[in-house]
Amino acid sequence: MPKKTTFNEMHADDGSVREIYQQYAAWLATLPEGTLERKTAEAELLFRRLGITFAVYGEAAGSERLIPFDVVPRIFGAEEWRRLEQGIKQRVKALNAFLHDIYHDQEIIKAGIISAHQVLDNAMYRPEMQGVDLPNQVYAHIAGIDLVRVAQNDFYVLEDNLRTPSGVSYMLENRRTMMRLFPELFANHTVEPVEHYPQMLLDTLREAAPSHVSNPVIVVMTPGAYNSAYFEHAFLASQMGVELVEGQDLFVQHNKVYMHTTEGPQQVHVIYRRVDDDFLDPLAFRPDSALGVPGLLSAYCSGNVVLANGVGTGVADDKSTYLYVPDMIRFYLGEAPLLSNVPTWRLSEADDLKYVLDNLPELVVKEVQGSGGYGMLVGPTSSKAEIEAYRQRILSEPANFIAQPTLALSNCPTLVESGVAPRHVDLRPFVLSGKQVRLVPGGLTRVALTEGSLVVNSSQGGGTKDTWVLED
Amino acid sequence: MLSRTADNLFWMARHIERAENTARVLDVAHRSSLLPLDLDGSEAYLWYAPLNITGCAQGYEEKYGLARSEAVTRYMALDPENPSSIYSCLKMARENARAVRGAITSEMWEIINATWLELNRKVASDISHEQFPEFFEWVKDRSHLFRGVTLGTILKDIALSFIKLGTFLERADNTARILDVKYHILLPSVNDVGGAADYYQWGSLLKSVSAFEAYRKTYRDVISPQRVAELLILRDDMPRSLHACMNEVESALIDINGASGREARRRAGEQHADLHFGRIEDVIAQGLHEYLSRFLVQTDLLGQEIRKAYLSCRDYSEFFIQPLRSVQMQ
Repeated sequence: MPKKTTFNEMHADDGSVREIYQQYAAWLATLPEGTLERKTAEAELLFRRLGITFAVYGEAAGSERLIPFDVVPRIFGAEEWRRLEQGIKQRVKALNAFLHDIYHDQEIIKAGIISAHQVLDNAMYRPEMQGVDLPNQVYAHIAGIDLVRVAQNDFYVLEDNLRTPSGVSYMLENRRTMMRLFPELFANHTVEPVEHYPQMLLDTLREAAPSHVSNPVIVVMTPGAYNSAYFEHAFLASQMGVELVEGQDLFVQHNKVYMHTTEGPQQVHVIYRRVDDDFLDPLAFRPDSALGVPGLLSAYCSGNVVLANGVGTGVADDKSTYLYVPDMIRFYLGEAPLLSNVPTWRLSEADDLKYVLDNLPELVVKEVQGSGGYGMLVGPTSSKAEIEAYRQRILSEPANFIAQPTLALSNCPTLVESGVAPRHVDLRPFVLSGKQVRLVPGGLTRVALTEGSLVVNSSQGGGTKDTWVLED
Repeated sequence: MLSRTADNLFWMARHIERAENTARVLDVAHRSSLLPLDLDGSEAYLWYAPLNITGCAQGYEEKYGLARSEAVTRYMALDPENPSSIYSCLKMARENARAVRGAITSEMWEIINATWLELNRKVASDISHEQFPEFFEWVKDRSHLFRGVTLGTILKDIALSFIKLGTFLERADNTARILDVKYHILLPSVNDVGGAADYYQWGSLLKSVSAFEAYRKTYRDVISPQRVAELLILRDDMPRSLHACMNEVESALIDINGASGREARRRAGEQHADLHFGRIEDVIAQGLHEYLSRFLVQTDLLGQEIRKAYLSCRDYSEFFIQPLRSVQMQ
């Protein structure tokens, strides 16, 4: 495999420290040996005491793990952040416009930009949503856009997460932990705050309410305490001061949704749901779902309750639809895309399939509907046997896969056993869409802790970092 | 408040209170086992009481047979298969708390979570039989700490009322059970009033509910069974007495004051009035065991009524006025 040069976010090629990291590097140099290790242990204790844990599927029931937290921050400058922010907002606007369009007049199909087959035959397309009007025409109220960096000014969007993106609680807790561990750092850096995210989320959910409701009752809906992201659901509900409900707490009567309270039934107007479409309503989707609320979809389609995110957003964040996002931006906004897509091969196309099968050891192959880093092949780090096994999976259903070149993800200094060393990172900013599109300056930086590894997912042993945007 | 939230708050408090009470019962059994015993079948006899008080005699006997100090202690303190062991109670308290993290303060959650983590460390480090008294102290301390943190940090709204409800219903239940079981073990020695064994035995009963000093202050006299019963049943200034517990239960129900809670309030009021106006002579005359049995049945019924009114997801059919059906005129 040809060695690609990797962009190091802290150090330039000549070894000098880049400008935005200079102050940090100077501070780091003054630290007595062992300080970072000690602070890391302290952080772990904090996280464990607060119960900031996640469950890993497939492990013994009830087992809880910490996501490793790295004490070295990842830093962005104000100017580069502004450019990123514009690109991210543009992308989310176009995605929401796309969702509104395909569930209404389908102009983009009529214009021949995307095929009817790609949209209507997609397993994530929900015919129930056809013609349903949503407040502000917003479908994905909360979006997580995964970005990777390959050079100073070169960012790629790796994927869009428009269903139930998670991780924002780590963004907030990482910041809180950093401020507790290193108060002096925040005294000499002007880091843009992110703590107001819950307030922003609450504003967004209020704006999402049915237009006839002036003081909406908002809830967060969780699959329950054994869900891997339960901590986050509880965290957001308590930060916003709203109820955290499970399906069993809700019921539908005359197309309105109520929750069981000690005062009797109370009507609910906006549900920030962290339950997948399939499990929302056993009458409409999976009949075996014990997590959902019978009749919820019907109440939703009658406009008496708003779900955030909306039903059927999966058709837009699917890895095969991903290819068309730059076209969506041009079509709906009449603008040139500010952020690039990773070049992608569709294995449903014969030419692409042939190329990919011939070059598997150099490529990354993903399932079209996969997420969380499960079921993907990273060619350069896989064994011959793994590649061959994956080849058979591709051949059995080529249209289920896409392939991308192995990107040289940027490196960021990270504390590992041997000291501070470069590790690959990505970034997930969280974008909120109500009457306007907003995001806090920053996001969740995920870091692959194993040397050379490109997989940053927490379920695959990745860690997280606090992400700083410095003020001018 | 969500009914499920109320349910979890109620049970979180009950589980912690139960863990504390189990620790108290075992602690006293440990102390008593250090005394010279002149009772027949002493060990089995002594160690049957804690099993009986906490209602886990059957589960124990199926597993171990005769009551033995070490086995009973481990079964009641650490056995994950025993649903009312201290281990299980603290585990469930944490699960209840985890399910309602948003409804409790982060300080409360941290206490419960840290207790659970510490418990697991203790279990992993193999507690020896001699270390159990220290373990029981620890459980009591954590329970006190939890209560203190709760009162010191939580908003005085109905979340607190449901926590109080759970705590004091459980405590009333427990005090009644301890008194019932111990009283009958101790009564045979009633002729020996004032003797040394008697002093220790009754003293240990009082200590198990932190009432030894209160007894001394209140009566300034030798320990007599009737006064012990009076202190633990009727004195409302004694924090673990039935009267004091029902004071709290009744006032929590009045604070919650839900429309569907009328029957629960009526029952609590009735039980409370009975304790408020009761006389110890009448209690003894009708038989202490009969009196306490009736109290336990009533407390259980009250618990069911509270559950029906507030905690379970009820049937709301009567809440909604059905849309009128149009009537076809002939």
